[in-house]
Amino acid sequence: MLGKLTLSDIPFDVPILVGTFIGVAVIGIAVLAAITYFGKWGYLWREWLTTVDHKKLGVMYIVLAIVMLVRGLADAIMMRTQQALAFNGNPGYLPPHHYDQIYSAHGTIMIFFMAMAFMTGLFNFAIPLQIGARDVAFPFLNSVSFYMTLSGAILINLSLFIGEFANVGWLAYPPVSELAFNPGVGIDYYIWAVQISGIGTLLTGVNFFTTIVKLRAPGMKWMEMPVFTWTAFYSIIMILITFPVLTVALACLSLDRYLGMHFFTNDGGGSVMLYLNLIWAWGHPEVYILVLPGFGVFSEIAAVFSGKPLFGYKTMVYASGAICFLGCVVWVHHFFTMGAGADVNTFFGIATMLIAIPTGVKIFNWLFTMYKGRVRFEGPMNWIVGFMITFSIGGMTGVMLAMPAADWVLHNSLFLVAHFHNTIIGGVYFGYVAGLSYWFPKCFGYKLNEFFGKWAFRCWFVGYYVTFVPLYIAGLEGMTRRLNHYDNPNWYPLMLISCVGAFIIILGTLCIVAQLILAVVDAVKGKHDARDLTGDNWGDGRTLEWSIPSPVPHYNFARLPVVRGLDTFHIEKKLGRPAPVAPLEPIHMPKYTGVGAVMGLFTVLMGFALVWHIWWLAGLTFLGLILSVVYRSDDLDVDFYVPVSEIQANEDAFAKRIAAAQAAE
Amino acid sequence: MKRLWRFFPALPALMLSGCTVDLLQPRGPIADGNRNMMVLEWAVMMCVVVPVIIATVAFAWKYRASNKKAEYWPDWDNSHKIETCVWAIPIAIIFVLSCISFWSTHFYDPYKPLTQEQLAKEQAENNKPLRIQVVALDWKWLFIYPDLGIATVNELDVPTKTELSFVITSDAAMTSFFIPQLGSQIYAMAGMETQLHLLAREAGTYRGEASQYTGPGFSDQKFLAIAMPTEQFQSWVENVKNGGSRFASSEPLNDSTYVKVSAPQMKAPVTYFADAQSDLFEHIVAKYNNGHVKNPDTGKIMNMQAASDGSASNDTGM
Repeated sequence: MLGKLTLSDIPFDVPILVGTFIGVAVIGIAVLAAITYFGKWGYLWREWLTTVDHKKLGVMYIVLAIVMLVRGLADAIMMRTQQALAFNGNPGYLPPHHYDQIYSAHGTIMIFFMAMAFMTGLFNFAIPLQIGARDVAFPFLNSVSFYMTLSGAILINLSLFIGEFANVGWLAYPPVSELAFNPGVGIDYYIWAVQISGIGTLLTGVNFFTTIVKLRAPGMKWMEMPVFTWTAFYSIIMILITFPVLTVALACLSLDRYLGMHFFTNDGGGSVMLYLNLIWAWGHPEVYILVLPGFGVFSEIAAVFSGKPLFGYKTMVYASGAICFLGCVVWVHHFFTMGAGADVNTFFGIATMLIAIPTGVKIFNWLFTMYKGRVRFEGPMNWIVGFMITFSIGGMTGVMLAMPAADWVLHNSLFLVAHFHNTIIGGVYFGYVAGLSYWFPKCFGYKLNEFFGKWAFRCWFVGYYVTFVPLYIAGLEGMTRRLNHYDNPNWYPLMLISCVGAFIIILGTLCIVAQLILAVVDAVKGKHDARDLTGDNWGDGRTLEWSIPSPVPHYNFARLPVVRGLDTFHIEKKLGRPAPVAPLEPIHMPKYTGVGAVMGLFTVLMGFALVWHIWWLAGLTFLGLILSVVYRSDDLDVDFYVPVSEIQANEDAFAKRIAAAQAAE
Repeated sequence: MKRLWRFFPALPALMLSGCTVDLLQPRGPIADGNRNMMVLEWAVMMCVVVPVIIATVAFAWKYRASNKKAEYWPDWDNSHKIETCVWAIPIAIIFVLSCISFWSTHFYDPYKPLTQEQLAKEQAENNKPLRIQVVALDWKWLFIYPDLGIATVNELDVPTKTELSFVITSDAAMTSFFIPQLGSQIYAMAGMETQLHLLAREAGTYRGEASQYTGPGFSDQKFLAIAMPTEQFQSWVENVKNGGSRFASSEPLNDSTYVKVSAPQMKAPVTYFADAQSDLFEHIVAKYNNGHVKNPDTGKIMNMQAASDGSASNDTGM
């Protein structure tokens, strides 16, 4: 009836997990109780869970990303404290079986459910606004994508309390991820959580590719697209190229595990290195998928907060394109130690180094964007300066690792771990958080708290160095990654310092959480010192999203903007906006639907059933998914028109707010 | 927490004194090469990274909004001269590094035996390399010395100033064979043979590790690599052969005892085998290849099944 699932799979005997469960349950019950108390269930369902509005989906993605960030950081803290304790015979407090699951979960969650969700959230919120569109190309599909990502996230967190998670690292290298070495359900949780969220990402890719190609505002040529949209576009191209590879690699692994095939097993003609090639043919582009939009955010912010256009727009676009192409042809540098010939290693080593050229160009361009500018160090700008310093160092160690002769000793060491955190924290995370504070006022109409914003940056910046510089040194001292315990006295002080750094990072994260909580509290109380009246919250907005009211009306643009070149809004501010000639017209918009949420529910259950071999449930939920699609396809009542009266009222109110703001000046 | 505080004042001292930074203190020509490449790249990259960091801080400070004295060019967004420079500088640096990379990847290729010059420079006493077959097991290392007829578990004893020619495989999880102070690592994979050539310059005890995660016993899957002068090594070999060591196993190492030796085991003790079956390694590799393995002498594919049946030189000629 329940497949492999028995009561003994619930880890009652692990106090850390029981404690976590109680904590999660208490918070969960409190949240549910609060929603019930304030009578918000209907609101939640009507306005958020059934939404197909790209802005609201973007918000939900980012909420998910921040919850997952907290989860991932909890894992990180446990790893750092374990390594700070487990020296010279002290086993620490995490036995290998538990510790291995923690670092696997940390990597998987941070990449798939923190970074990817955060990135997709920013895409959702910003791209349609930047290109002057009223929604994405396929709004319902967008909702389905979100629920796929959410389903994956729920599944991976279920593994904490029911059964176990993968204990082999975030890429589940065979043969240790094969049935012969790993008969438990941990790897299956990994496979299905990643597969499901991967489908969501692929659908997002299709959706936004179409949106950018087809839905740009009248007159917006390719070389007039904002840089964030450009970098997102490249990132989406890489998603379309590489996510199918991930799907295939994991599908083959699941065939090995479920049907006894031999794709990646030691015996039966399987090849472990085939898996490594496949997973990194996705895995390396993946880091560029993540970092390119980060570069895009920095490009937007550098221009706005320096009061100048971005230096070398065209160069930025071409450099991003070069990174997009090169990023897809360097994957072998993750296993120079495989024993490939010197020519193969040389090719991939040099291809990897070549990426440093466009990336270096970008760094210089941001530098010259600040040059002769008026740099304002408000919330988002701090992260850029932190990024440029940190990412330069990360780039340097990256080039060091790109040379096979050096990689042969640095491979799998903590030096490598420090390097990729250097680029992912410095480039991806800093970029996304900067994007969050940059677009937050556009989304909600007021800024995030500046004080906590500053401290969030300071803690993350300092915390990053305190945590990871010791790891660089430990790597040079020959310390390899994923050690549960060790007896080398040289490593011990480094692990202690690193642990302190992790706690500083936690402080930084608490500051970000405080910013968001304060934002909600202020919103509920209805008082804001920094309410944005004009829509151009930072005063120097250049792209289309700053030309419309904040928060953005659900139809985005009352009239589709006519693009007059790069940075249209900036041009209009200087030369004056032409008076609209055509009268307002009713706007055609998609209706909200609950089908996406229902499909999400089916997907979670199906994933769970597949993990535990509960075949009847898997079949039933799969049928449910098919029927949902059939139902949706048959539903013809999917759209409506926004009446002119509503648009006119919004426009009048906006005009009044602008007038009031101008009078106040 | 108390322990932590006691530690703090001593931290800088501890970090500076008596601390081995394995990768920066190499003990062999390959590790020298690894170190040199690393340091060279670091130095070249620092030539750009340091100016960029300084410029970032300087520009951010000089052009801060409150500094009204600084020049402000609100519409300046392009300069062909600067654009040319920002492309030329990284291209020049990467070109230089790529040339170095091309050379070093070939010169230090783990599969390539040490050159005569390298050996001469190390004053290698013996031009004939010592062959060592490495088998990664769950969670221990088996070293077979095919020319000496002995084998060890979790301890690698080698003579100094002699080329070490490793052939590496795995009979369990995939992992990576790595002695940081001697240089390059290479994967150990079931059914496959990888090669590595190293040389220990000085006598000493070096840490060896599995650098790729292999399962619950991973953290203890390590060994000591003990390098000693040739004479001492020879007497060690004699000692192992006589079974005189406290680590000596009472059994020989062959196909039947191997089953027990290869069983998964955590924190496996050091063991010496006085008598190791000469083609055990080939048997281990052949197990995953339908009985086929490369003959180390002829380089041809042979069938181990047939070999152990008695018709020894049954080369299929594949």
